[in-house]
Amino acid sequence: MNDVPLYRLAHGRTGDKGNTSNLSVIAWRPDLYELLVEQVTEARVAQWFEARRPSRVTRYLLPRLHAMNIVIEGVLDGGVNDALNLDAHGKALSFWLLDLPIRVPQQWIATLPDIADAHARPAAFTRS
Amino acid sequence: MPDQRPSIRIACASGFSGDRTDGAAPVVAELAAGGGGTLIFETLAERTLALAQLSRDADPERGYEPLLDDLVSPVLGDCLAHDISIVSNFGAANPPAAARRIAAIASEQNLPAPRIAIVTGDALNNPEQREMLHAQVGIDVAPEAIVSATAYLGAREIAEALTQGAQVVVAGRVADPALTVGPAMAHFGWSWNDWPRLGRATMAGHMLECGTQVTGGYFAVPGLKDVPDLDRTGFPIVTLDADGGFEIGKPAGTGGRVDCAIAKEQLLYEVHDPAAYLTPDVIADISQARIEQVGVDRVRVAGISGHARPDTLKVNICYRGGWLAEAEISYAGHQAESRARLAGEIVQRRIGAALKLRIDLVGSLSVFGDDAGRMAASHHASEARDIRLRVAAAHEDRHVAERVLREVTALYCCGPAGGGGVRTSIRQRLNMVSTTIDRAAVRCAWHFLDEAHA
Repeated sequence: MNDVPLYRLAHGRTGDKGNTSNLSVIAWRPDLYELLVEQVTEARVAQWFEARRPSRVTRYLLPRLHAMNIVIEGVLDGGVNDALNLDAHGKALSFWLLDLPIRVPQQWIATLPDIADAHARPAAFTRS
Repeated sequence: MPDQRPSIRIACASGFSGDRTDGAAPVVAELAAGGGGTLIFETLAERTLALAQLSRDADPERGYEPLLDDLVSPVLGDCLAHDISIVSNFGAANPPAAARRIAAIASEQNLPAPRIAIVTGDALNNPEQREMLHAQVGIDVAPEAIVSATAYLGAREIAEALTQGAQVVVAGRVADPALTVGPAMAHFGWSWNDWPRLGRATMAGHMLECGTQVTGGYFAVPGLKDVPDLDRTGFPIVTLDADGGFEIGKPAGTGGRVDCAIAKEQLLYEVHDPAAYLTPDVIADISQARIEQVGVDRVRVAGISGHARPDTLKVNICYRGGWLAEAEISYAGHQAESRARLAGEIVQRRIGAALKLRIDLVGSLSVFGDDAGRMAASHHASEARDIRLRVAAAHEDRHVAERVLREVTALYCCGPAGGGGVRTSIRQRLNMVSTTIDRAAVRCAWHFLDEAHA
């Protein structure tokens, strides 16, 4: 088993309402969906966003779309009224989640989508 | 037996106030070639209406979408000539003025005078309504600080106006999907409690209402999720059938792409519980939705249902908040992040407890970080060689907030080595709170521009 970032198994987009974000997580292929259900859990997402002190994480499953919708309350420092963040809507948050490590059987890895030119990846701040 | 009435085509050429304005011509050409349809423009984000109200307060003939001319002028003649009705919330805080402007555009272009309908009742300005909201919200907002209080109206007024022959319908605050549900109801004449079909039409509207977000906009990641020709992305066209099933496409020859991955991202955009997407006309249910590719740049969405509409309407109240001060300065080269961090510490020490500061290190850690700086504290200075320090704070008193601007500016001489490119800004915040109101307290109506109304 090896860890790969979630973006190799899924894609998604962030939406916001008030102080709540919703993050879609959509499997790139139907056969990857079960792995997401097992590993992208409410508890794990809450921990991954811990620096933002979310008050509640709710996960809704959409098996026919091979997708899940993750609703994170209290994650936007008060939302557009109060937050001082440049991105007060939290538009970037799906990209934080898409770095979540997912444990994948070794033989799957070569079959997963990846960034075409890995050398072009910029050095980035990532969670330690 | 499935309903055999012909389908309706609805295109959306704007996804927010400030979107591209050149998207309408290609979708109008496509609708015209197919014998007509409906063109919608969605231009009202949550705060847009309050900004429009401020503009109307300053000038009674303003307060509608500032880009109205750019959106409507290039396509009005073709729409009138090809049986394409225009439905939009671009009336914002002043639908009558927007309607008058469209009539003037038609006149300037020597077009036959269009039948323009105006939807009213979204603004909750009478004292009883304001009192009701104030009691309900329970926040401490002075009445004079309120800029706007508006209810999200449903599709009924739009549908009735179209049924009565309106060629252009100008609304202010209506639920975004109502721009699609209205024309669908006028076309098919479904019952207003046909929840499954209303649910489907609502989600067709949801797919349209962000413009190119369903045709390849807001999707691309180079090397992983590439999308072609984003400089000329086509805006979406939905084909809705008599049972409410729908397909999504875009005009031939435009950029972007329509596929299942993109459509799924948009279907779930700003949704909380997928089984209960609340709108004024129906509670849509996408928990069993499915999407399939049915052609090049064409997907079909099925499996959507709906439940009885909510008893209340959603209301947004916007009010003047405190002052937001932001100031930035750049550091580049060796120890860039260390110098930017030192600069932030200097500002923090000088301002002390007077303001709660947010410190961003743009280029290393900014939008991912939290306001309290917990993430930044747990992260060591990176090797980044080009960092922009941003200091932000908010305060009720403008003079207190302005200290951020002064202290960051002073870093030019008093801060770490090599700081440059200071930019500062201060502006009053427009805060918002949402609540609901009984339908009975909201007087939705519509009338033609050329008719007197009570």
